[in-house]
Amino acid sequence: MTALVIAEHDNQSLKAATLNTVTAALACSSEVDVLVVGNAAEAVAQAAAQITGVRKVILVEADFLADQLSEPVAEQIVVLAAAYEHVLAPSTAHGKNVMPRVAAKLDVAQLTDIIKVVSTDTFERPIYAGSAIATVQTADAKKVITVRTTGFNPAAATGGAGAVEKQAAQAGAGKSRFVSRELTKSDRPELTAAKIIVSGGRGLGSGENFKKVLEPLADKLNAAIGASRAAVDAGFVTNDYQVGQTGKIVAPQLYIAVGISGAIQHLAGMKDSKVIVAINKDPDAPIFEVADYGLVGDLFEAVPELVKAL
Amino acid sequence: MKILVAVKRVVDFNVKVRVKADQSGVDLANVKMSMNPFDEIAIEEAVRLKEAGIATEVVVISAGPTQCQETLRTALAIGADRAILAETDAELQPLAVAKILKAVCEKEQPQLLIMGKQAIDDDSNQTGQMAAALLGWPQATFASKLTVANGEATVIREVDGGLETIALTLPAVVTTDLRLNEPRYATLPNIMKAKKKPLDVQPVAAMGIDVAPRLKTLKVTEPPKRSGGIKVADVAALVAKLKNEAKVI
Repeated sequence: MTALVIAEHDNQSLKAATLNTVTAALACSSEVDVLVVGNAAEAVAQAAAQITGVRKVILVEADFLADQLSEPVAEQIVVLAAAYEHVLAPSTAHGKNVMPRVAAKLDVAQLTDIIKVVSTDTFERPIYAGSAIATVQTADAKKVITVRTTGFNPAAATGGAGAVEKQAAQAGAGKSRFVSRELTKSDRPELTAAKIIVSGGRGLGSGENFKKVLEPLADKLNAAIGASRAAVDAGFVTNDYQVGQTGKIVAPQLYIAVGISGAIQHLAGMKDSKVIVAINKDPDAPIFEVADYGLVGDLFEAVPELVKAL
Repeated sequence: MKILVAVKRVVDFNVKVRVKADQSGVDLANVKMSMNPFDEIAIEEAVRLKEAGIATEVVVISAGPTQCQETLRTALAIGADRAILAETDAELQPLAVAKILKAVCEKEQPQLLIMGKQAIDDDSNQTGQMAAALLGWPQATFASKLTVANGEATVIREVDGGLETIALTLPAVVTTDLRLNEPRYATLPNIMKAKKKPLDVQPVAAMGIDVAPRLKTLKVTEPPKRSGGIKVADVAALVAKLKNEAKVI
């Protein structure tokens, strides 16, 4: 049977998380289709068709799908799911919002945040903020899955030659209405796709310091900027910066934690990074237990010095 | 307007869980249990809506063993009016809990069903969305602001790129994110009062719902450990390590 991947996109561009999800899907089945649900999303479908390993792309467009609200999007997936054994979406805010709705409509369990495909019905997933890894087997014929993107390498974005097939949307706008969206504008790499992340915590003291200290370092390294929950709760930066159990899960080549103590909930979001650097004035901070290179010192001196030395 | 809040009893967020040697699960013997922190936020929000005169009654529900009564008493102490325990010793997975919530919503007819966006034990992040699907209700997950007026709930949601605002026709499901509110501490008088509030125990077995688990846990293991690194003396040493040893810059 074939696997269906739900594309992550904004009607204009395909998001990188889709590529990792295709890899997970290919571990479940040799035939993988991609579903693009949106409006005026032709460019997204074309991009998805280029992914190596993708057989075909199904494009479902309608006005009421433009904002990708959970109700109408789930309806589209539920109908198309009939032809597939595995339905997978990345564990993004959108994937987590929609997929349980799909699973419930199909009367099947959902598997959240898989990090490994053991066999077509058995998967590994972290529990307790990553303190343990559960191997779970589903008894349902249809598998509805969200994929933790850091667990899978991205599929090649080009090299494929899938066809794009348009299908009519299922009617029904549902009982929710889009009002507005306030997205953080940034020229920096996306947090979940960045090779280097500079992340700040409570130790920075204020939103002003957060910017002043971390931005030059991020500029120098062409890095994305992240934050601990403490920094977000204190209002230094907005929620979309948060790395951790309930924020974003990242695994860059280099993660530089500045003024972050290292609560288990934060470690859950970044401990799979290839190299971790910690800069903190407290030598006993738990962050040093996972850091490859720890620097004990005043971040307000160490970070500017680091910027100069790079 | 009636609000139903679903709460889960989980291992306290400060506990460092340990995997059992036989890989059958995590060790829950003599471990401190508490209300799932996201559900505490859900209760707080419901109680605030009541204090603001928007909600008339806050009903709290939990599904699980008899010990969940403690969790329900905590919710009553925060300010819920009455509690329901859907009692069972069987393992409950999100789909099963969603089915229980559907049955209770059909009986209680709340305008809002609020719960945490995920439980900190299984980290599933499913139950609210599943309950909404089964009820045919709209949903707003990851809420950081909730306003109720004119038969609509307007919710600001925390999404990957920032914030999104959507409006839901009631009845609806809302799941809470961290920054929706800061839950109050239950005061001693309120804890005493909570003991006298009604708590209705309903056996799940009598509900006629299929709650059999669909997922079987084959084993639970420790995640790969990161070997502890080294401390470097100064910035120059750090840069040298990153360039020559780790080769990441």
